[in-house]
Amino acid sequence: MSAPRQVTFGWLLRHELRLSWRDWQAMLTAGNRRRLGVALIILLFVGALLHLPAYAVVAQFDAASETIDKSTLVTISLVLILYTSLLLSQAMESVTRTLYSRGDLDLVMSSPLTSTRLFSVRIVTNAAFVALMALALSAPIVDVLALRGGPRWLAAYGVALADGLLAASLAVAVTLGLFRVLGPRRTRIVAQVAAAVIGAAFAIGIQVIAILSYGTLSRRAFVASDAMVAAAPDGTSPLWWPARAVLGEAAPLLSLLLLAVAALALVAWTFAPRLGENSLAATDLPAVRRNRRAHVFRTASPAAAMRIKEWRLLRRDPWLVSQALTQLLYLAPPALLLARNVSDSAGALVVVVIVLVTVGGQLAGALAWLTISGEDAPEMVRTAPVAAGAVTRAKVEAVMGAIVVALGPLVLGVALLSPYDALAAAIGLALAAMSTIRIQLWFRSQAKRSHFRRRHTSSRIATFGEALVSFSWAGAAGLAAAGTWIAAFSAATALIILGVVRVVSPRKAET
Amino acid sequence: MNAASSALQIRGLAKTFERPAVDNLDLTVRAGEFYALLGPNGAGKTTTLRMVVGLLRPDAGSINVFGIDALADPIAAKRLMAWVSDEPMIYDKLTPMEYLEFVAGLWGVESATAARAANELIDWLGLRPHADERCEGFSRGMRQKVALAGALVHDPRLIILDEPLTGLDAGTARQVKDVLQARVRAGGTVIMTTHILEVAERMAERIGVLTNGRLVAEGTLAELRLRAGRGTSLEDVFLTLVGDIAAA
Repeated sequence: MSAPRQVTFGWLLRHELRLSWRDWQAMLTAGNRRRLGVALIILLFVGALLHLPAYAVVAQFDAASETIDKSTLVTISLVLILYTSLLLSQAMESVTRTLYSRGDLDLVMSSPLTSTRLFSVRIVTNAAFVALMALALSAPIVDVLALRGGPRWLAAYGVALADGLLAASLAVAVTLGLFRVLGPRRTRIVAQVAAAVIGAAFAIGIQVIAILSYGTLSRRAFVASDAMVAAAPDGTSPLWWPARAVLGEAAPLLSLLLLAVAALALVAWTFAPRLGENSLAATDLPAVRRNRRAHVFRTASPAAAMRIKEWRLLRRDPWLVSQALTQLLYLAPPALLLARNVSDSAGALVVVVIVLVTVGGQLAGALAWLTISGEDAPEMVRTAPVAAGAVTRAKVEAVMGAIVVALGPLVLGVALLSPYDALAAAIGLALAAMSTIRIQLWFRSQAKRSHFRRRHTSSRIATFGEALVSFSWAGAAGLAAAGTWIAAFSAATALIILGVVRVVSPRKAET
Repeated sequence: MNAASSALQIRGLAKTFERPAVDNLDLTVRAGEFYALLGPNGAGKTTTLRMVVGLLRPDAGSINVFGIDALADPIAAKRLMAWVSDEPMIYDKLTPMEYLEFVAGLWGVESATAARAANELIDWLGLRPHADERCEGFSRGMRQKVALAGALVHDPRLIILDEPLTGLDAGTARQVKDVLQARVRAGGTVIMTTHILEVAERMAERIGVLTNGRLVAEGTLAELRLRAGRGTSLEDVFLTLVGDIAAA
């Protein structure tokens, strides 16, 4: 018998990359590999299209200027921090998913390979995908900057790469650190919520500071403020190296790349030996969650039983709670603007109405997917002596009830300032929620509740339809709150979008 | 036997997917009996039972449950039935008690009756220590016991089970079998598909053998032995009957 072949780092890396690529491919094509070509063309088209808004943003910036002043460094640095927070959020989400999915753990942990080798490959693969995402997301802005300001801007790709690697390394360190401090069960929810909040927090934070400083919703107002520039360190400070790297300076760029690679190596070396054990501990969780109080057994009518069941499940879904919290965070800036301008609240109230309706529509779509498509005992429900229409109605009522509980107090808050605006918000909210629920009914496909994260892959049309119809109703409600009849056009747009989505949908709704 | 005196009466039932899965099937199950439906993979057992409980619409034929036309009045028929599949489908984030409360609500069982039945089932199936724990950490056997408790909490007259013992350990399988036998002793009717022939041999009063969507043999074990003409165990009889059909 010949001696066993040595398993190299490269061989393992190729294996991991192949698995990750196929996973990504499945997400892109909803499992139908024949759609890959079309999906890639659409992706490239959208990527090309994104160069237009990127051009609009970059046009306000003198990319060709050779002078590097402190204001430019501040602007670029803040954009980088914003970008890193986004990447960190994605990387934490990815690490948490890896940590809590059993997958091939039993196989790899029982193989004669060391944990360090196995899991350092996994950490590197994860970092490679985050870096790839960093490059893809930065492409429109970097391309336009290079087009307008010359090839030196292409160095920003190097910064994006380093940023991706650093974010991935930080995500591993933070998540596994949480694991050690909080234990497996708490880490899952804390990491998911943290990832969601980090993703939104910086953008919202900048708006909040801008509002506090100037009373407007513009992020640029804060970024370009004299106070901010004056308070920033001197232009020679190493803090500006990332910004200087973006501007094409070789030494900072090289340093940043070296730092990123070193951070990744350090994280892999430090955490890989324990990643396997931590993953096993996480997936082996006995998950004994005992209700605090003994259950009082009380049956209800079939519709009420269905609503109570749905509300219980929604309340106990940590991922959903984190998603809902993140969406509600977007209400903070307009609310703050409102608080600062109570005497002249009309404009701010319009913004609040728009955000409320958008959030309500999106939240209703997510909840409707969970209750309608994500039914975990579909056969039991279908064999119950309850008409299918009655089951669907009860589920829709559960979603609408949850929306009322989550956003009703905010609408009431608006009503205290302006009953008319609250009415516009309530009507817009109801229409947006009903529209996204209806789209979910048209596009329903049975799935496991735990596949919530992948719900968008089952139908891109449903996803875009939900977003567009929410925005249209939000526009209509906002315009109605502003007292203009143009609201009717936005409402008509929402109805047209709904009609188009209905025509291309695979089935009619039951209700 | 007329439709009203039988628990289940199927006539001319047919369902075709890419090929006929159920082919002009006639089947009668008496009230109060334990009936085992056997057959090789793809014989049409699950498709037949899914049509009976209303999960699939047949292409042709009739289904009567205790005299109720299940195709014309599915809600009335469903009120009398319970379905347990091989894959226990329960809610991870609910406790067994909450699950039973939900099922009892769907079947419109009055609160006190449902609570009594739920507590009895929880004790009977050995779920008491876990009654207020969420099902997410349960083993397959425990999940199947919760699903079975859900099927029984509304006191169905006809219980239909598709491979309910798949993947269960010996202790859990024994508990499930005991519960089903007790149900039959109390006057209930059980129809069960299984690949474990020993279970059918020991538990079923009558056995039906399905192949290519058709009932090729039916009777007590003694009757089937007589018909097969050789062998002493149900396995011998089953292989003879199925083998004869395959050869024909």
